Amino acid sequence: MKIYPVGDMALSVDFGNVISEKVNEEVMQLEHTLQEEKIPGILEMLPSYRALLVRYDPAQLSYALLSEKIGKAQGEKGSGENHSSRKIIRLIPCCYGGKYGEDLKGMEALTGLSEKEIIEIHSGTDYKIYMLGFLPGFVYLGGMDERIAAPRLDVPRVVIPAGSVGIGGKQTGVYPIASPGGWRLIGSTPVRFYNPSAEKPILCSAGEYIRFVPVSESSYEKIAADVAAGPYRAEIANS
Amino acid sequence: MKMTIEIPGVLTTVQDEGRYGYMEYGVRTGGAMDQDSFHAANRIVGNEENAAELEMTLMGITAVFDGDGVIALTGADMKAQLDGVPVERYAAVRVRSGQRLSMRMAGSGCRAYLAVSGGIAVPKVMGSSSTDVKCRLGGLEGRALQAGDVLETGSTGGSTEEKTGKALSVRPEKYGHSAHVRVVEGPQADWFSEEAREKFFHEIYHVSAESDRMGMRLDGAPVESLHGMDIVSDGIAFGSIQITKSGMPIVMMADHQTTGGYAKIGTVCSFDLPKLAQLRPGDTVQFERVSVEEAQALYLHPQERKRTKPLALAIGNGGGEETTSRRHRFQKYNYYYRHGDLR
Repeated sequence: MKIYPVGDMALSVDFGNVISEKVNEEVMQLEHTLQEEKIPGILEMLPSYRALLVRYDPAQLSYALLSEKIGKAQGEKGSGENHSSRKIIRLIPCCYGGKYGEDLKGMEALTGLSEKEIIEIHSGTDYKIYMLGFLPGFVYLGGMDERIAAPRLDVPRVVIPAGSVGIGGKQTGVYPIASPGGWRLIGSTPVRFYNPSAEKPILCSAGEYIRFVPVSESSYEKIAADVAAGPYRAEIANS
Repeated sequence: MKMTIEIPGVLTTVQDEGRYGYMEYGVRTGGAMDQDSFHAANRIVGNEENAAELEMTLMGITAVFDGDGVIALTGADMKAQLDGVPVERYAAVRVRSGQRLSMRMAGSGCRAYLAVSGGIAVPKVMGSSSTDVKCRLGGLEGRALQAGDVLETGSTGGSTEEKTGKALSVRPEKYGHSAHVRVVEGPQADWFSEEAREKFFHEIYHVSAESDRMGMRLDGAPVESLHGMDIVSDGIAFGSIQITKSGMPIVMMADHQTTGGYAKIGTVCSFDLPKLAQLRPGDTVQFERVSVEEAQALYLHPQERKRTKPLALAIGNGGGEETTSRRHRFQKYNYYYRHGDLR
């Protein structure tokens, strides 16, 4: 763990320049510890793959003092202690292929797998949310099976609708708002990852997991109607 | 009071201090690019410090008022007139129903702020009125203003009194074509050799025409890195200086993405960001290396910032009225205040 200044109003606690579950878990653990410590002067925190960005108010807290508090909090943490005793897995209904996943058919030639096999592999993994970024509610997921990896489209789409589930290289994810993009669209979810008027505008937090659950076009449309009406909540599985 | 926009300018948006508390969810903080001019305008009209204002870029608006109120203009000088009579900047100016405010191209500086008594009333999204054009959220329908838009002002706060900024010790800013800004190295300074960093701090960079509210792109001698520019993504701050593949720096501005994968050589100090926000394409920037201790001392002692080299400063002591207001300003964003655990 190393601490670096990010100007006069933030600092970065860095755990190493790698993508790994272990490193990300250390980031999440530190965020959790600092949340518990309730240090006055911390404004907000942003966990990423490999570092925790802490924005703070220098009128309340100096770099030296906050670094010391972080070092101490990190040192006191027992090695066996783990905040994530409850693993949150969000079940995300996904309608694969057809008009909801226009590029799924083309993935057969790229992967040497059938549509059915791609769906089975894609929905058979619990993806860890390493961080959010890029767009409001955009999740960076870890753990995709490399057998279904596929290069981005040569010509990116001008508009990808909100809810689209795509694969870009070795990554998979969900577009929270309509956006241009080059990922191959394999399906779509009616669940809103971002809803500015909701009490909790962003569905997911870093550190949670996502599991895609295949649904038919008719259940997609039924859930979409529920989402529009307000009562729908994505289910959570605990393990 | 209402305001009908006749000419919207190049890029006019509703902004406040920004959208705090959501960066971990990928939501950009945004807010006024030049927070000093933004705060000055609200102070002059007697608004609460975070009341929404209009931010105008390079060219001002033309608008007609419906109802009486008080306005203030700060930041870039866009030659404002009220029914053909020049309007004093950094002063509270009374406007009456039917009067027309017309502004032109900025003579100097890049961004002007218009505060109206009571603030601009738009629905708050995630606690803020700021417009994020890229993600189409906040402000007026998540977009820049257009001709025909009607803005309402809030009914609370604000003064109906005419007064000049002098009474509030707010002086009009003068903008040149160059800025000297202080930078704290990190978080990836060690991706660059000492020689490359030395060069970076000696170079005079030009502001590229491709600069916007997300980032200020700079042209000059490329910065060479030791390990390439790609890092495993981490968090970004307003003022972070990314070095791109071409070796050119981009200073991340108010609407920057929350995370990014380019190495960051350093971060511009918060108190020097308003200077950057007022530069235009073709203007020049030079960076000065300061330690984080010097940066935080300058944050607390605004009167020391004019010196090229800071004198020995007592760290930790507050300094003057501005610091007091800043201390008060950020307390409302404290993590544990917002999460209801203040005892």
